[in-house]
Amino acid sequence: MLRFIVRRVLQLIPILLGLSILLFAWLRSLPGGPAVAALGERATPAKIAAYNKAFGLDQPLWTQYLRFLSRAVRLDFGTSQTTGRAVTDEFLTRFPGTVELTIFAMAFAIGVGIPLGYLAARKHGTWIDSASVIGSLLGVTIPVFFLAYLLRLLFAVQLGWLPGSGRQDVRMEATHITNFYVLDGLLTREWDASWDAVLHLVLPGIALGTIPLAIIVRITRASVLDVVNEDYVRTAQAKGLATNTVRRRHILRNALLPVSTTIGLQAGLLLSGAVLTETVFAFGGVGSALRTAISNRDYALLQGFILILAIMYVLVNLLVDISYGLLDPRVRVK
Amino acid sequence: MTASLGNRRRERIDALAARAGALPEGDGGVSLVKSAFRRLRRNPVAIIGAVIVVVFLLVALFAPWLAPKDPYAQSLLSEVRQGSIPGPRPGYPLGVDQLGRDLLSRLIYGSRQSLVIGVVATVLGSFFGLLLGVLAGAFGGWVDTVIMRFVDILLSVPGLLMAISISVLLGQNQVSLMIAIAVTQVPVFARLLRGSMLVQRDRDYAVAAQALGVRRRRIVLSHVLPNSLSPVIVQATLSLATAIIEAAALSFLGLGNPDISRPEWGAMLASAQSVLSVRPQLAIYPALCIIVVALGFTLLGEALREALDPKFRR
Repeated sequence: MLRFIVRRVLQLIPILLGLSILLFAWLRSLPGGPAVAALGERATPAKIAAYNKAFGLDQPLWTQYLRFLSRAVRLDFGTSQTTGRAVTDEFLTRFPGTVELTIFAMAFAIGVGIPLGYLAARKHGTWIDSASVIGSLLGVTIPVFFLAYLLRLLFAVQLGWLPGSGRQDVRMEATHITNFYVLDGLLTREWDASWDAVLHLVLPGIALGTIPLAIIVRITRASVLDVVNEDYVRTAQAKGLATNTVRRRHILRNALLPVSTTIGLQAGLLLSGAVLTETVFAFGGVGSALRTAISNRDYALLQGFILILAIMYVLVNLLVDISYGLLDPRVRVK
Repeated sequence: MTASLGNRRRERIDALAARAGALPEGDGGVSLVKSAFRRLRRNPVAIIGAVIVVVFLLVALFAPWLAPKDPYAQSLLSEVRQGSIPGPRPGYPLGVDQLGRDLLSRLIYGSRQSLVIGVVATVLGSFFGLLLGVLAGAFGGWVDTVIMRFVDILLSVPGLLMAISISVLLGQNQVSLMIAIAVTQVPVFARLLRGSMLVQRDRDYAVAAQALGVRRRRIVLSHVLPNSLSPVIVQATLSLATAIIEAAALSFLGLGNPDISRPEWGAMLASAQSVLSVRPQLAIYPALCIIVVALGFTLLGEALREALDPKFRR
């Protein structure tokens, strides 16, 4: 097992290097290059020249790349030109929001998706099955931001049941220690602040969770259908095990293996920036920062965020791989 | 040859590749295309998908004849004001948008934009993906290693982030939008075709051709490649759907065509958000168009997969 993990971790290195080269090249190829990225589009030529000199941008590309790499390793991605703060700090203040949102969205997707997929497979060929298949197709084809707007319009604007923007009511004046608002409320015993933060997660969480939900339903259904016809299930039934035991120990446990991978991958994707959903709900996470950076042409922030998010996505993938190796011994040998 | 990242995603692509193109069994000498077509015709899912796609193509093709009004012409402007946008009335079956333009005509013309974006992005993406895949699959060795490492790096960036970076890099216009979407498709096609070719390369007919002294280029181009294409066709159909949805997302993020007067579903949907509470239909209709067309391509793609996949053959 250890060898398996070590091998997987070593295989990360070329990919991370490749990623860093891509993003380094990305910033260099932008109109104006890194000087404009740092100083803004209205910088004078003299200022640009001074900047280039100060940061060694007049040196050969190779030296520049190494410098970029050594800074990146120390998590230094420069400063955002709109807020003037370090990109890494900016990321750290916003990331907790995205994490909370992802947790909520995945909880929704898993909580609804696995039972629904299982039900569809058990009722294979009935209208429940067809409805869940069509529903999961719709879930993948509906534009996320449109769904988000609809939810907001209906439940926040017209019915007024749930808050439709932000992470917490501004009148709350809650204390923030970790920037995980739900957790902060629990730590400081400001229960109402915690609850308010949870309410703010509901609508964006559902919007964000729709695609993973659709995919989980689909995979669970297909996987249960595969397993039900396996010999060991028939054997278990034949030897007279209780139906519930067969379902739990023989069908579900094996069927959920591929589902667990999907869950990991989807969580990785959601973490990597719920740009669309966060924008609609003005949710102060990583995604809405990316959206603002796009319209402000805040290249330093874009580069740093995209690199951090891509690395994170790669790491989540690694964790998924390792956990798959733990769950399924066959993977380790391959 | 297993590397570590996006492993599941890659295994999924590889599994698809491995399954496809196996020789049809029990189909009594009928060609793959014929037997697949026969199964397609019997599948209601395929028929629904095909009908949607054909209607969409016809609408896009005959837009100038079908649209009742000029999609750019502003009329009823006197009645458009803040908080009230005219709904359906004679001559304007779906009403007008916030700038007084006939909604139905814009939806009809919008099908052209979506079709162009979807087709160009998919053709570009699959072309370069196939090129990489063929090179890797045909040569093997270090060519394969280098290409596949590159593909793995591309696969390790989440699609939307990649599309955003490329759009930002190339500037805000229609062409860069299509290129951005195409680039996200390249690694998928490359990996799919390579996997599929690896399976075909070891089949008896390929080995036989090699034993007969047929040149490698000829084996690859006229034996292995044609037999490896079925998963690619399926993926291309599904990609058309993804491309249309992604184009809408990029338009919404302000990375689409800067000329927002052009009728395009994604841009219409994005610009209707500001008047959503006044007249939600302005967003709902273009969204429905996107959903229905994407659904059509997805259904057709899934049905094609079943028809071409030996596992489903009965």
